[in-house]
Amino acid sequence: MRQAGIELSKVFEAGNGVEALAVLAENTVDLILCDINMPVMDGLEFVKQLGGVPNAKQAAVVMITTEGSESHVVQAISLGARGYIRKPFTPDQVREHIVPLLTVKA
Amino acid sequence: MKPARAASAAGHHQEWTPILEVSLREVFELMLSSALEIPDSEPDGPMDMTSMVGLAGQLCGVLSIRCSQQAARLMASKMLGIDLEQVGPELCDAFGEVCNMVAGNFKNKIAGLGDGCILSVPTVITGNDYSLHSPADSDALELRLTFEGMTLVTSLKVQD
Repeated sequence: MRQAGIELSKVFEAGNGVEALAVLAENTVDLILCDINMPVMDGLEFVKQLGGVPNAKQAAVVMITTEGSESHVVQAISLGARGYIRKPFTPDQVREHIVPLLTVKA
Repeated sequence: MKPARAASAAGHHQEWTPILEVSLREVFELMLSSALEIPDSEPDGPMDMTSMVGLAGQLCGVLSIRCSQQAARLMASKMLGIDLEQVGPELCDAFGEVCNMVAGNFKNKIAGLGDGCILSVPTVITGNDYSLHSPADSDALELRLTFEGMTLVTSLKVQD
């Protein structure tokens, strides 16, 4: 994100979907960046469960993943993700996908 | 672009060698701003870090990347945009992520494979006194390239 020129005021890290849900139980965020392949709870299940998390209602979810097939994109978007970036990616691609989402909020 | 040195190539999967090489080069160029080079000598130090990602479904096998700890540390430093001295526990995460991206990039380049092949989360092994036994019992596609002067061995072992 720094390389893409996007300044973040605070960053929370989580190793999988379960940890991320625990973080969101205590904190409100504007943006969630999420992989699909994760241990314990994968990214698609995590996005599905976000619907029941009050602190995540205003958050834009962007999937950043190696899983670039069309079905994964469709599934992620239908579950509520606002963007999808396929790895490997450039800082320009990050800026292109994420800045509009943060600008809308501002 | 000269092709990387292919130590061996497995039967009918031989045509995947250039695809694997492009997948590897793209990840290093885009994510680490580093152009991989053809090695002009054998590695002179211990290759004591290995990152592995399993493939399952239409394509079953294991993709691994082996290098020195110094090389893995430099990958983490470049990927995270931090000084080498600052690289700590994230070393294994970053090195595993490189392998994950190469595996994902590779499978996305094989026509029709995207949905039919899933990847495991990466595993990282430190040390070099181990043997890898896998159901993927074919010969491995193996590429040797250098990353900032340090040897990188990438291997794809596919179950026939």
